[in-house]
Amino acid sequence: MDKERIDQIIDKHHGEASSLIQILLEIQAENHWLPKEALERVGERLQVPMTRIQHIATFYKAFSLVPKGRHQIHVCMGTACHVRGASRVLDTVQGVTGIKPGETDLDLKFSLETVNCLGCCALGPVVEIDGKTHGKMAPAQAAGVLKNYD
Amino acid sequence: MSRINSPAELEAFRSNLLSERDPNKTCITLCSGSACHASRSREVAASIQEEIRKQGLDGEVELRRTGCHGFCERGPIIVIRPEEICYFQIKPEDVPEIISETIKEKKIIERLLYTDPATKEKIIHESEIPFYKNQGRLVFGSNVQIDPKSIDDYLALGGYSGLAKALSQMTPEQVLEEVTKSNLRGRGGGGFPTGRKWAESRNAPGDTKYVIVNADEGDPGAYMDRSLLEGNPHSVLEGLIIGAYAIGSHEGYIYVRQEYPLAVENVNIAIRQAEEYGFLGKNILSSGFDFTIIVHKGAGAFVCGESSALMTALEGKAGEPRPKYIHTAVKGVWDRPSVLNNVETWANVPLIINKGAEWFTQHGTEKSKGTKIFSLVGKIANTGLVEVPMGVTLRDIIFQIGGGIPGGKRFKAVQTGGPSGGCLPEELLDLEVGFDELTKAGSMMGSGGMIIMDEDTCMVDVARYFLNFLTDESCGKCVPCREGIRQMLKTLTNITQGKGKEGDIELLQQLAEVAGEASLCALGRSAPNPFLSTLKYFRDEYEAHIKEKRCPALSCKELISYYIDPDKCKACTICGRKCPSEAIVGGKSQIHVVDQEKCTKCGTCFEVCPTKYGAVTKISGEPVPPPIPEEARTIVKKSKEK
Repeated sequence: MDKERIDQIIDKHHGEASSLIQILLEIQAENHWLPKEALERVGERLQVPMTRIQHIATFYKAFSLVPKGRHQIHVCMGTACHVRGASRVLDTVQGVTGIKPGETDLDLKFSLETVNCLGCCALGPVVEIDGKTHGKMAPAQAAGVLKNYD
Repeated sequence: MSRINSPAELEAFRSNLLSERDPNKTCITLCSGSACHASRSREVAASIQEEIRKQGLDGEVELRRTGCHGFCERGPIIVIRPEEICYFQIKPEDVPEIISETIKEKKIIERLLYTDPATKEKIIHESEIPFYKNQGRLVFGSNVQIDPKSIDDYLALGGYSGLAKALSQMTPEQVLEEVTKSNLRGRGGGGFPTGRKWAESRNAPGDTKYVIVNADEGDPGAYMDRSLLEGNPHSVLEGLIIGAYAIGSHEGYIYVRQEYPLAVENVNIAIRQAEEYGFLGKNILSSGFDFTIIVHKGAGAFVCGESSALMTALEGKAGEPRPKYIHTAVKGVWDRPSVLNNVETWANVPLIINKGAEWFTQHGTEKSKGTKIFSLVGKIANTGLVEVPMGVTLRDIIFQIGGGIPGGKRFKAVQTGGPSGGCLPEELLDLEVGFDELTKAGSMMGSGGMIIMDEDTCMVDVARYFLNFLTDESCGKCVPCREGIRQMLKTLTNITQGKGKEGDIELLQQLAEVAGEASLCALGRSAPNPFLSTLKYFRDEYEAHIKEKRCPALSCKELISYYIDPDKCKACTICGRKCPSEAIVGGKSQIHVVDQEKCTKCGTCFEVCPTKYGAVTKISGEPVPPPIPEEARTIVKKSKEK
């Protein structure tokens, strides 16, 4: 992500230190992760020490300090999905992709995350891939859905 | 649009708006909440627009994309007004027929109607469907009629009249008194009296005060705040402005999770429109009162739902709670008096001001007034959002509105209050819902999540699930929470894996006591609840796991085995083909056997085995019978035996 774009985002928030989280969220949304150079630029412009930026970037779930894969898999582990067998779906997704929640595979194909509720409990268990919701998942179906991505 | 400058101008604008709207014009309302988007609601909308054009009905039929209707189980839902014809589970393919048959010919399409599961009767009107009929929707009801992106829709239903009344006919003290008299209690979990909180802030020293909407809805399985903010954002804004007026605040925040993009979008549009119309900004409705709102997106941390943590996050820091010897109502954001209320609480305020505290207190129980929106999810026939007056029994919510447990299974427990709440068993189904009643039973109201569990749900695993969630979400600031709940999780995980030992329950109880007493904030203090409530009502399940290494619900993976009953297996080969780990031995005319070494216990064979055979079973607490010898596996058809 280039410096000019980061500066634009910072300027949009008037360079205020209290907008730190909002600025990082925008960088995360555009770039899908927070590179070290971007964090340094934000720290420099907002006059915020790197330790505080690191604290925030590791405290909140929305941020990633490593690059993400081409396809983002979110397995919903909300209570409604849990009682309908989400953990068995997660096991299968881990088996097929070879990665655990929080990880990205070496080919940068998939990133896997668990989320605590996607709020479409009627469709549970739910797996969301690149923003598309796949509802009423059973382990075998989840494996089938993943085959369609390359 | 020019600014509205006085209550009189607002009323004139409203009557003009209503006179331009023909109540007999056909209007198709389509549920476009997040949950319905997941079921292709956007495609349905595009298809409706296209068909209206194609069939030459431009200008005659209006499509209104509303927020969540609540009956998520049957989404996407359309309601055709003024006839109020209600169709469910609409697919884009159904649309041409709906337009040509129902809209043009006024004919009902039977297959899209709701069928009462008990009487098998088809129901046409929304208001006659049991799911809706048995609710009392004061707050959530407008969702089905409003396009959340249109302030005019909100105004047409009388919107902002509460604000006009407060600003022109009432002093801030009178507004405060009305809210206090209404006995409105916080809908976010604690149930703290809203009026008292407001008064504390109003009386606190300092000129700069803040009002904040808590839309950091983090309880898994709860999404009513999202649906309200997405579907009727102006009702929340109106409540917030009225509250600010009562307290003497000129700046408000909406703290909303970034995981709710549609809510963020709709609330931002609503703020822009309210500014244009003059309900926000300087000198609102010529009252001399100024107020602005800033939206802050939460970056994902469950603990930020706690008031002091949320306020720290608003300051641009990591959202860790602080001790609250001094309430946040006195020292909150930037150490200034700050009133934080939940989305649903704010949305109740315009109703109270409009209709009066006396009207409001007619609903509910003695100590819990008004209604509450619950998100009814899990093993329930009608998943969705339900709003009922306080005092309705759990049984009525689950069986009358929710339609009971699907698949002929037996009800086991209802979990309320999110990770801080507890599980209530069948014996307590006649409990009336209210803040104090639920707390007394060992659970809590929380923000309104209601997760239904059936006989297949293991209660030890449910406790483990919530402790796992809380371990992950603990901010780590204080030791009792950070270390205590982690040790609880470790012990509970051991129990669910068959490694539990004598004394584990007592150890858990000790840990629960310390975490409950000594943690800094409500997250840690309430963290033991899922364990304590399941132990209280389902102790036998804990003992079966520890003593017999048996999971009575046949759910804990490490304690169960899958076994194919050789007498029932008809060698249909379905399970063998579906098994992802090739753990099923057997082919055509060969009785199938599970290779226990290879089996990953994913449960696929159990799910795919045709119910007429029911050959795959789960075994727990006893050894798996040895596989039948290979020579005995061939199935010989009876006709060939002769």
